[in-house]
Amino acid sequence: MYSFGYFRPSSVEEALTKLNEAPEAKMLAGGQTLLPTMKQRLARPSDLIDLAGIESLRGIRREGHRIRIGAMVRHSKIAESSDIRQSLPGLAALAADIGDPQVRNLGTIGGSVANADPAADYPAALVALDAIVHTHARDLPADTFFTGMFETALDEREIITGISFPLRPLCAYRKFPNPASRYPLVGVFIARALNEAGDHERVSDAVRVAVTGAGSSVFRVREMEKALCESFTPEAISEISVAADDLNSDIHAGGEYRAHLITVMAMRAVADIIAARSNPSLVR
Amino acid sequence: MSIDISLDLNGDAVSATVEERTLLASLLRDRFRLTGTHIGCDTSQCGACVVHVDGRSVKSCAMLAVQVDGCEVRTIEGLASDGVLHPMQQAFQDHHGLQCGFCTPGMIMSALDLVRHHPQPDEATVRRWLEGNLCRCTGYHNIVKAIIAGAKEMQKEMQKADRPDPTAAID
Ligand SMILES: Cc1cc2nc3c(=O)[nH]c(=O)nc-3n(C[C@H](O)[C@H](O)[C@H](O)COP(=O)(O)OP(=O)(O)OC[C@H]3O[C@@H](n4cnc5c(N)ncnc54)[C@H](O)[C@@H]3O)c2cc1C
Ligand code: FES
Ligand code: FES
Repeated sequence: MYSFGYFRPSSVEEALTKLNEAPEAKMLAGGQTLLPTMKQRLARPSDLIDLAGIESLRGIRREGHRIRIGAMVRHSKIAESSDIRQSLPGLAALAADIGDPQVRNLGTIGGSVANADPAADYPAALVALDAIVHTHARDLPADTFFTGMFETALDEREIITGISFPLRPLCAYRKFPNPASRYPLVGVFIARALNEAGDHERVSDAVRVAVTGAGSSVFRVREMEKALCESFTPEAISEISVAADDLNSDIHAGGEYRAHLITVMAMRAVADIIAARSNPSLVR
Repeated sequence: MSIDISLDLNGDAVSATVEERTLLASLLRDRFRLTGTHIGCDTSQCGACVVHVDGRSVKSCAMLAVQVDGCEVRTIEGLASDGVLHPMQQAFQDHHGLQCGFCTPGMIMSALDLVRHHPQPDEATVRRWLEGNLCRCTGYHNIVKAIIAGAKEMQKEMQKADRPDPTAAID
């Protein structure tokens, strides 16, 4: 690793001051992506601003009808939170299946979202759950946050402070992991909104389907969303597939295989939601 | 540049002056000579470097020494007491859970974090938990057996500790 300076501010304001003083500085969250990149000398920040000392970036809490997760909350905490397991079961299951236990004990939701790896798991959850990314300056809806491969709507030196989600007890995530890295070859997150009577809404946005790992960035499959609004069954989407030409083709999987996996993972996620609805203890 | 840090290392209060870029694995091995923490891949894949920071298992090759300032760090050297192996270490010996032994410290530190979450893990749970620990020798089978047996022994020891000592009331 090249040498660098290290700071551990105790507030967001102090972190911003440091970031403005040192234009080549980078924020350090769990370090599970940044430190390996620096070890390979693919990144050379002048300074690391460690966000671990900032209390306001921690914690999971209710805000009205939403759950807000601090940027520095580790994957393992999200997997273990009883509130998230109940109100956002698919998100807890997703967090429980990232990488391995040691990566989950250090990696954070804010770091993963800021990094916007096209194969990261969280982007699918954020888009399907209609989440909001809160930064020190503004609130960004997930739909417009992920703009491309490793690209987001964040400005340089914009600090993610937290992510908030509406409550969606009916949601599920299915991924087909790369057996070596555990990153998804394809991951599909499906969320179904409930109206106040506890029934699913027949509005156009009542079901959201978001796919990660398959393209250059997370995307929604509107045709599946429409079909699932009409009939929330795996069969309703069994004939719908995403065009293979637009998908990643690499040594891990070709575009056609990924296209096939999207439909299969989506059908399984729908089946999970149906099973959970009839037996809440089955939530994965 | 360098930074002063202090931490609780296997129960002892210690301090050190480190370069910002020093990895936790190097701090343990080079500064404190705790060479039971191994560096296998140095790329977050193998888990030979797993230690506990504030009770949770982490890969010490993917953490900076400065990040553990003020923390409690536990390594494989912190497990045995008075020359008696920790039940999880003993289980690895009894069940032939190692051959060359290179992966073993990481396996055991990872296993102890597992037991914290699942005091009586079944085989599937153990295998899933070991996602981040690679072994080139054993084929994992005896490692899994050792961890299940080690967890049982730990449970027994806990129960023993909870039971009032029958001799205590005598005098
Ligand atoms: C072996 C291994 C397996 C993995 N498997 C998976 C997997 O299956 N699925 C998956 O999704 N991920 C996986 N990951 C990645 C892991 O989830 C990382 O933790 C995550 O990508 C980055 O989070 P971090 O907290 O470690 O961020 P860091 O590495 O600390 O930071 C990443 C980037 O985000 C920036 N940043 C951090 N926090 C903020 C903030 N609050 N505001 C603005 N910018 C910020 C940093 O400056 C840096 O550029 C794996 C990693 C490893 C090492
Ligand atoms: S040396 Fe740290 S994971 Fe291999
Ligand atoms: S015993 Fe040799 S690597 Fe596991």
